Amino acid sequence: MTITTDPDVIRHLSEVSVSVQIETADMTLNIGPQHPSTHGVLRLVAKVDGERAYDVQPVIGYMHRGYEKLAEVRTYPQVTALVNRIDWVSGFANEVPFMVAAERLMEIEVPERAQYIRLILSEMARISSHFVFMASYPLELGAATPLFFALRERERVLDLMESVTGGRFHPNFNRIGGVKPAAGSGSTQRKVVQDLPKGFLAETRVAMDEVLGAADQLEDLVAGNEIILARTKDIGVLPPEVAAAYGVSGPNLRASGVRYDIRKTDDYLPYDEFDFTVPVGENGDCWDRWYVRLAEIRESAKIIQQAIDGIPSGPLQAKVPKVIKVPSGEAYVAAENPKGEMGYYLVSDGGQGPYRLKIRSASFSNISFLPWILEGALVPDIIAIMGSLDFVLGDVDR
Amino acid sequence: MEALLDNFWVVLLGKVLIVAALIPAAGLAVGFAELKLSAKMQNRMGPYFAGGRWGWAQLLADGIKFFQKEDLIPEDADEPVFKFAPALVLLGTVALFVVVPFGPGLIVQDLDIGIFYALAISSISTIGVLMAGWSSANKYSLIGGLRAAGQLIAYELPLVLATVGVVVMAGTMSLDGIVQAQAGWFSETGWTGGLPFVIPQLIGFVIFFIAALAELTRTPFDMPIAESELVMGYLTEYSGFRFLFFFLAEFANMFTLSAIAATLFLGGYWAPFIPDDVLQFAGPIILISKVAILVFIIIWFRWTFPRFREDQLQTLAWKFLIPLSLVNIIGTAILKVVI
Repeated sequence: MTITTDPDVIRHLSEVSVSVQIETADMTLNIGPQHPSTHGVLRLVAKVDGERAYDVQPVIGYMHRGYEKLAEVRTYPQVTALVNRIDWVSGFANEVPFMVAAERLMEIEVPERAQYIRLILSEMARISSHFVFMASYPLELGAATPLFFALRERERVLDLMESVTGGRFHPNFNRIGGVKPAAGSGSTQRKVVQDLPKGFLAETRVAMDEVLGAADQLEDLVAGNEIILARTKDIGVLPPEVAAAYGVSGPNLRASGVRYDIRKTDDYLPYDEFDFTVPVGENGDCWDRWYVRLAEIRESAKIIQQAIDGIPSGPLQAKVPKVIKVPSGEAYVAAENPKGEMGYYLVSDGGQGPYRLKIRSASFSNISFLPWILEGALVPDIIAIMGSLDFVLGDVDR
Repeated sequence: MEALLDNFWVVLLGKVLIVAALIPAAGLAVGFAELKLSAKMQNRMGPYFAGGRWGWAQLLADGIKFFQKEDLIPEDADEPVFKFAPALVLLGTVALFVVVPFGPGLIVQDLDIGIFYALAISSISTIGVLMAGWSSANKYSLIGGLRAAGQLIAYELPLVLATVGVVVMAGTMSLDGIVQAQAGWFSETGWTGGLPFVIPQLIGFVIFFIAALAELTRTPFDMPIAESELVMGYLTEYSGFRFLFFFLAEFANMFTLSAIAATLFLGGYWAPFIPDDVLQFAGPIILISKVAILVFIIIWFRWTFPRFREDQLQTLAWKFLIPLSLVNIIGTAILKVVI
């Protein structure tokens, strides 16, 4: 090879190098609706430059089942079976606010014992829902093993729920005026009135101790892992102002440092009789969202233990007419569900079914800021952020 | 008989048959270990039905199942490349087997530059992975293939640099020679000065092991597959026996790279208190038990750690492992001259 000193040649060469431009085409990466990490059928249309996404648009509606419209042609008891399928990971918790809305319109006083049972089962639903998150989130970061530990504990809770309601996912246990008073055997002529199954309360107390132990174990397994910290700290930071602007609620909002919990502000269930704290995060990153949920598992277990101590005896249901008709009027009842604020805006015209039912589901608002937060994220971070929001597609699309 | 063993072609045929039999055997053994160990770590049973006891035939049954599957090739795929890629991946593994010494003289071909050959040939698999990613005409595959290529460039360097320390200490690049250089501690004649290189070269061993994990695309470096991000990475479009090729190559590669690591750092087929004439037969068992320890650690990692992000992996290689291995080489060289 010879080295030239001719200035003309050098100038020519420099011009050549300037005029060469590499054409790079941007790639549109279609994540979903069939993808391992979109929790069902969420679809993201991501424009990526290499691995960095600069524009991500979620496409929803693949799971739309028309529950709001269906509710208009169902009677009130039938709607129960619909609403617990909205967020199927915590079916029981979905039923409660709808029942409370109808009861407020009918001005029914629900017996204390029924309220306590609702509260215990709602908190159990929260624990089981958060355990699903504890199982699926490390999986999305590439660690498969925590899944089995978390789901084993969740199974314990689901077994207890099943012993009361007969269903693991879709309990269908709430009735207007209380909870299902008759369970098990009994003919249509002579219903066997049953209370909580024998030994349920004692067993639940033991199970809650196990849940607290499992939470410690999960923290040991996951929180001490440097790679998990590297993958989640300062990733997907959601500032409180943005969270409030998009209507984010639940653990996602609290991870950003906003201490807002409907259990503390509303009285849809007697939460004011219990001593519990509302855990909040500091930075609003993926790690905080994980940690807040772990802390909520602990708080829920403590609430359940207090409720077992203080559960009053009495009937499970208030006196309600055989054919339930809700007086005309409007009511909005929101509940602090595992995923966030779950609200029902119920409009009644005095008939046997709702005239109009608007469902405010938590996951819909909780993913509404995806384009904002995913802008400029790397493909692995898209999965990490999406997973940390813990949404359920049935809750998004309804 | 003598004449038969002198015939080049007969010997070659024998060697080819042995390697061809060892690769699936090693792959199946490692794969089965993975199934059972992951089950133990996750409170599961693992396979228990196929074969009657412990589900030992599970992977054989899986293999037969794969052969029955339709050989799907995407319409837009680059067909020759798509078809050749799995073979190339397996080829790298097979070629690596050639230089692993299983005992004194028990080696398919002892090369003077054995370690150089091993490191060079093991990168061929990554070219196969890149080909698979490119030819699948699938965006997930493409990203997976490119990640694999980036990973290869980043981790081939520390892998090579980590072995330099061993080569400096042993004074030879022949794998058999490296084993001989480590032999001698606690033999029947007493201390003769040998030591497994893992003791003086602990840093080199750790670097080699991390880089080998990345080379194998095992967790925590499994970004080219990353099933939660890229569906199945470069494997997304593969099915049937071509998928089986990748599968087998992954497990067999775990075995061979562990064997190389055991040879370089753990004394290979040599073990203390074993006379030389027994070593002839015990050598393979000793090597395989050392390999089993390393394979167990790899599997243990997989079911314990999540995966890194691609940029974190590059940072680890370029900013940490490579400078550290350079320091290791300098230290080794100085000590070699001084002592």
